[in-house]
Amino acid sequence: MFKESNIRKPLILGHKTYHDITNDIVSPIEGPAPKQWKIAITIALIVALYGVGVISYLVGVGIGSWGLNKTVGWAWDITNFVWWVGIGHAGTLISAVLLLFRQRWRMAINRSAEAMTIFAVMMAAVFPVFHMGRVWMAYWTLPLPNQFGSLWPNFNSALMWDVFAISTYFSVSLVFWYIGLIPDFATIRDRVSKPWMKKFYSILSFGWSGRAKHWTRFEEISLVLAGIATPLVFSVHSIVSMDFATSIVPGWHTTIFPPYFVSGAIFSGFAMVQTLLLIMRKTMKLEAYIHLKHIEYMNIVIIVTGSIVGVAYLTELFISDYSGVQYESYAFINRFSGPLAWSYWCMMTCNVISPQLFWFKKLRTNLVFTFVMSIIVNIGMWFERFVIIVTSIHRDYLPAAWGEFKASFIDIGMFIGTIGIFFTLFLLFARYFPVLALNELKTILKTSGESYKNDNKH
Amino acid sequence: MANKVFHVMYDDDQKLLDAARALVAQGIRVKEVFSPFPVHGLDPIIGVKRTRLAIASFMYACTGTALSILGTWYFMVSDWDWNIGGKPNFTWIENAPAFVPVMFEFSVFCGAHGMVLTYLLRNGTLPGMPADNPDPRTTDDKFVMEITTEDNHVSAQDLEAKIRATDVFELSIKDY
Repeated sequence: MFKESNIRKPLILGHKTYHDITNDIVSPIEGPAPKQWKIAITIALIVALYGVGVISYLVGVGIGSWGLNKTVGWAWDITNFVWWVGIGHAGTLISAVLLLFRQRWRMAINRSAEAMTIFAVMMAAVFPVFHMGRVWMAYWTLPLPNQFGSLWPNFNSALMWDVFAISTYFSVSLVFWYIGLIPDFATIRDRVSKPWMKKFYSILSFGWSGRAKHWTRFEEISLVLAGIATPLVFSVHSIVSMDFATSIVPGWHTTIFPPYFVSGAIFSGFAMVQTLLLIMRKTMKLEAYIHLKHIEYMNIVIIVTGSIVGVAYLTELFISDYSGVQYESYAFINRFSGPLAWSYWCMMTCNVISPQLFWFKKLRTNLVFTFVMSIIVNIGMWFERFVIIVTSIHRDYLPAAWGEFKASFIDIGMFIGTIGIFFTLFLLFARYFPVLALNELKTILKTSGESYKNDNKH
Repeated sequence: MANKVFHVMYDDDQKLLDAARALVAQGIRVKEVFSPFPVHGLDPIIGVKRTRLAIASFMYACTGTALSILGTWYFMVSDWDWNIGGKPNFTWIENAPAFVPVMFEFSVFCGAHGMVLTYLLRNGTLPGMPADNPDPRTTDDKFVMEITTEDNHVSAQDLEAKIRATDVFELSIKDY
């Protein structure tokens, strides 16, 4: 059996038994919805409905209702897309990469992080899809036989690669998440007494019975999916970065983009996981499973990825000058001193300077500070995408074509709307789905549970 | 005499492992084990073979690679050779670097989904399928071993005596 050093802090606090784990995770699903949940989902639904209204208006009148103009042809839409995709990176990183590295602390957080990933990628997809204008023709991005030739999509284009990357990432993350959920749904099915719930969870659990052979297959499939999802995590944001890096716009045309985007994505993804988990552990009383050690580990990931992002910012700044290309050099001078310099400095403060505070153990183990930081990082990462996209294209080669960008009511409404839809989906998940991978947690109880570890000492 | 099926319940994974080891050593065949989580070390004892799902996944991924090579060649070279920015697609190999992202993604897509579908079909776990675990507690904190007289050429009394010698939590015996 796996033996864990006693020096390591236990991952499951308190004197829990297998039955207690089931109880702690399933009872919030069985009981009536708490008042806070009802208030939260009402607010989220109102914001989501507002978003749906704004999107309907956009489809009705066209994307001219965004603040785009002939110079700035991409702005909030692609900023929001990259922001959401970035947030969607932590879930699969936690479940796949940390599984390969045998990081057992991931078991307390992987389920909700993966749910976050799936919802975030759905929100990301909203932006490019609606940017097409005529959304009902979104299927034109797929190579389907048609009556125009056939006219096939261009496989040389980074935008086309993105269609494949995002859809593969989304669908693989979804099945990875669901495969893990099946045994947990079976636990709920066998426990609840209300007939509708029994029916609901028995459909969701696919008739899982927990046979030995099924568990062997389960472990194998989790490992193989983790193995193939790991390069997927890295490829998705690399390909997103190639949407920019393969173009000739100064400020975009850099080879540093793929690694820099991937670490930025993990950085913002972990920040969003912190935001959601810190609220969830408190309201759903999961402090025994998601405790300071988990929060600290995630904060360490935030320092590492935040520092990589910081180094990347400075590298591209230096290279722009060192390259001797005046357009490239100007793009960066314009970033930190031009009309949008405020967004550049906001990005620098939020992403580079503030995460460095996590070097202090006192701060990275402080829950309130972590929560505030997670919000700051998410704001900073939104500005990073805004800086890259808007400041690069608003002043490119030809000064006569320079322009300004002003976000319209529809730009802002759509962004806020997707936040509403995201939280609605996440709150529904937190209410009806097992928020922790309860059956996986049972496998670490004897090696990392507090009472068992203490017993081993004697 | 009717065949009998024994559902032997244990309340701990270690007890289950010890019992399985003891019974198998006496030549008893354990037909099935139902547990709330994977019990490591159980498979070799009760004779569960290693799954070949990973090999299947590799095959599906290779199919994906082949299909994406064929697709990019047909769409971009054979059916309509595009000339984009003065860079025509006369041969597939010249443009292959640009197709790598799609080839990679499509291979992963096929490898992952092919494996998941195979897994669900082989397990028989599909939407709407009925569950057949003998006791609802096996998805919570109990472990059940299924042993039948049909598999073991010993009398029901003998079998029961051997089972009772292990650290049993609950035992149910049914005809089938």
